[in-house]
Amino acid sequence: MLAYYLDLALRSLKRNPALTALMVVAIGFGVAASMITYSVFRAVSGNPIPDKSAQLFTPQIDSWGPQQSFNGDGEPPQALDYTDAMALMHAHAAKRQTLIYPVQLSVMPSGNRSLPISASGYAVYGDFFPMFEVPFRYGNGWNAKQDDGRAALVVLSEEFNQKLFGGVNSVGREVTLGGHQYRIVGVTRRWNPVPRFYDLFGSSGFEEPADFYLPFTRALDLQIPTNGNNSCRGKISMNGWDSWLRSNCVWVTPWVELDNAAGVARYRNFLEGYSADQQRAGRFNWAPNVRLRDVMRWMTYMHVVPPESRISLMVSLGFFLICLVNTVGLLLAKFMRRAGEIGVRRALGASRREIYMQFLIEAGTVGLAGGLLGLLLTAAGVSGVGLLFRPEIARLAHVDLSLVALTLAVAISATVIAAFYPSWRAAHVQPAWHLRSN
Amino acid sequence: MQIQPIVAALRHHKAGTVLIALQIALTLAIVCNALFIIHQRVAHLSEPTGVDEANLFVIVNQWADQSSGEQIDAQMQADLAALRQLPAVRDATASNAYPLLGGGWDDLIMMKPDQVQKTTDASVYFGDQHFIDTLGVKLIAGRNFRADEIAPMKPRDSSTPPVVIVTKALADKLYPDGSALGKSFYAMSATPTTIIGIVARMQRAEVDTWSRDYAYQALIWPRRMDSSFGTFYIVRAKPGELAAAMHEAPKALYAQSRLRIIDPKDGVLSFAEIRHRAYDSDRGTAILMGIICAVLLVITGAGIIGLTSFWVGQRRKQIGIRRALGATRRDILRYFQTENLLIAGAGVALGAVLAVGLNLWMMQQLAMDRMPLLYVLAGVVALLLLGQGAVFAPARRASRVSPVEATRSV
Repeated sequence: MLAYYLDLALRSLKRNPALTALMVVAIGFGVAASMITYSVFRAVSGNPIPDKSAQLFTPQIDSWGPQQSFNGDGEPPQALDYTDAMALMHAHAAKRQTLIYPVQLSVMPSGNRSLPISASGYAVYGDFFPMFEVPFRYGNGWNAKQDDGRAALVVLSEEFNQKLFGGVNSVGREVTLGGHQYRIVGVTRRWNPVPRFYDLFGSSGFEEPADFYLPFTRALDLQIPTNGNNSCRGKISMNGWDSWLRSNCVWVTPWVELDNAAGVARYRNFLEGYSADQQRAGRFNWAPNVRLRDVMRWMTYMHVVPPESRISLMVSLGFFLICLVNTVGLLLAKFMRRAGEIGVRRALGASRREIYMQFLIEAGTVGLAGGLLGLLLTAAGVSGVGLLFRPEIARLAHVDLSLVALTLAVAISATVIAAFYPSWRAAHVQPAWHLRSN
Repeated sequence: MQIQPIVAALRHHKAGTVLIALQIALTLAIVCNALFIIHQRVAHLSEPTGVDEANLFVIVNQWADQSSGEQIDAQMQADLAALRQLPAVRDATASNAYPLLGGGWDDLIMMKPDQVQKTTDASVYFGDQHFIDTLGVKLIAGRNFRADEIAPMKPRDSSTPPVVIVTKALADKLYPDGSALGKSFYAMSATPTTIIGIVARMQRAEVDTWSRDYAYQALIWPRRMDSSFGTFYIVRAKPGELAAAMHEAPKALYAQSRLRIIDPKDGVLSFAEIRHRAYDSDRGTAILMGIICAVLLVITGAGIIGLTSFWVGQRRKQIGIRRALGATRRDILRYFQTENLLIAGAGVALGAVLAVGLNLWMMQQLAMDRMPLLYVLAGVVALLLLGQGAVFAPARRASRVSPVEATRSV
């Protein structure tokens, strides 16, 4: 029966090639626009660390006061100043904790490179690696003792190790970054969570992968400045590194790992308590104002998803909806034009259910054709997505099996759903009316 | 033309009528908002920077060695002298930023030393006495920096220079009566700074949405920043010699010292490239909206043609009867045109409400601006015209139905 309906569908579609083409094109464009923008949206809005995003939190402490808040909304600054960052680190109130700031260092010529190159990475604590589940190809991260010992260690990324050492196991070797020597203790596997949730202060979250990670304590000793944002309030008076550390300038991003709700509540209490202490000590002239956001909440708060990606997806979905309305109208016209044929089939004993099936299969065929066209357009669109989005975001969009399956599934199911009403009308044709005079 | 019989006939095609009207309504809602987004993005990306874009380029120069501030300062002065001597170069300067950099240094501006909340925000450029000529911005009041006012500045040193040049936008914001020259303000410091010059227009380094309220508000400190990271060399080529200057300049710098990093890929940027990068998401959004609008209008138009053709086919007999009873071809044409106008009219009425609703929703969710009603009006006219254009071919086919049809197979 199915084969027969399919045959009927193809015959019917061939009878009005223009109308069929219009429906296929409408569905193809509609689904392609939605899928292209969705391929970008899913990349920028995805969970970068799915199994741990609910256990990782970034604490915020209001060190500026309500009158000087970032956007005048009473929210605490989006990063910590040095004083608060160090206090949090020394308190050890969480299972694991790290401070992070981005650094950029030069690498002197060696081998076949005649000119220096620049490398970017992060100054972090040893907990960074287990907290964020950084995978290692060779060696390991470093431990708390080495943090305290302000050791000259470094972890390289797989890509950077490839660039400097041709990909061999470089653990134990020395590397000179920014004019200082570091001993390599580990090489990560390819690891680049997107969006880069742990570094959103002054960064979009979609930058190139980091080249290296070095101990925060060592970076401070060497007075390596931050390559990220540095935001200050009030009257600034500083004349060098130490006065900068003492200033209210915020530039350090803290992260803590908390296992459960009780741990979160405890840590929040700790933050409140710390702020209250600061108030009592006269450093803060305001009531404690702290936040503790997990990965997904932090990304939402920091508006990681570019507005243009959201708008494009919305408009594309609206466009797809119109294409479907268009399809409903055209299918209705197409089906009702065959009222005579339906009348004959019904009179010859076809049940409503069979008429239903016949027309839904016809619609499904249109949906499949639309889906295939949509797939072609999506593939073309994703490769041309650089025209529509910033390069750093465009390169995240890609066609994979799930997108292909989704494209076809959406096209077929949407078309079949659109065909419900027209098929229902067709199934309810009164045979008697259409058997006269034809 | 009587409307009543048309309405009566439409009752027999309720579903089709509703679907066309709905499609027109949704199309109107999307097209208006998309056009509004396009207009906004295009307006944003065509904002002038006020600098001599045709002849400017920027060298992103990073230091490779760990020199002291004094060594960096000496190197920068030597680099600038070398750049200015190039035959294709008109002038050069060093700064921490350039217009459309997309990020950079901002100062909060206060009018009184004890003020807590800012008066406004200004984009900060460091520059020497060559800065104004290099960028090609116009000094409209006061004077340029003198050589003796330029001083090196160490990183993380907050001492505020006593003199500053500001853009007209900043001057007008601080002193709306136009008396800014010679007056002073406080830029996050206890000591005031005096405005010695005002330039006509110069774009900020950051043109992101948050900085929209501070558009064109910028100031120039008479300083060379000895950052251990590096510096931007902004170079103005002689007219027509941009390519030559862009080719020569990095060589001249490497001849001075090889201990620097100028990225081979994007270390030397023409201003055209800078502009292209600064606005790529605006341009992309505008292109996408444009494509969607165009395809949407085509599909809606084609949908109207399809449905009307179907109706014409269905009513050949009735048309034949009308023709036999004396209706002219023009009457039949008018009939379908009026029918379409009625449906499209209902569609745009609903669509106008949807368009405004969608805009309000986007204002809430996506921080969009309020859409002027002009867009809805333009969309209404466009869709009514589209409807009339789409219905014309099937309507004309209808008008050619012969009166003989009336006699067939009744």
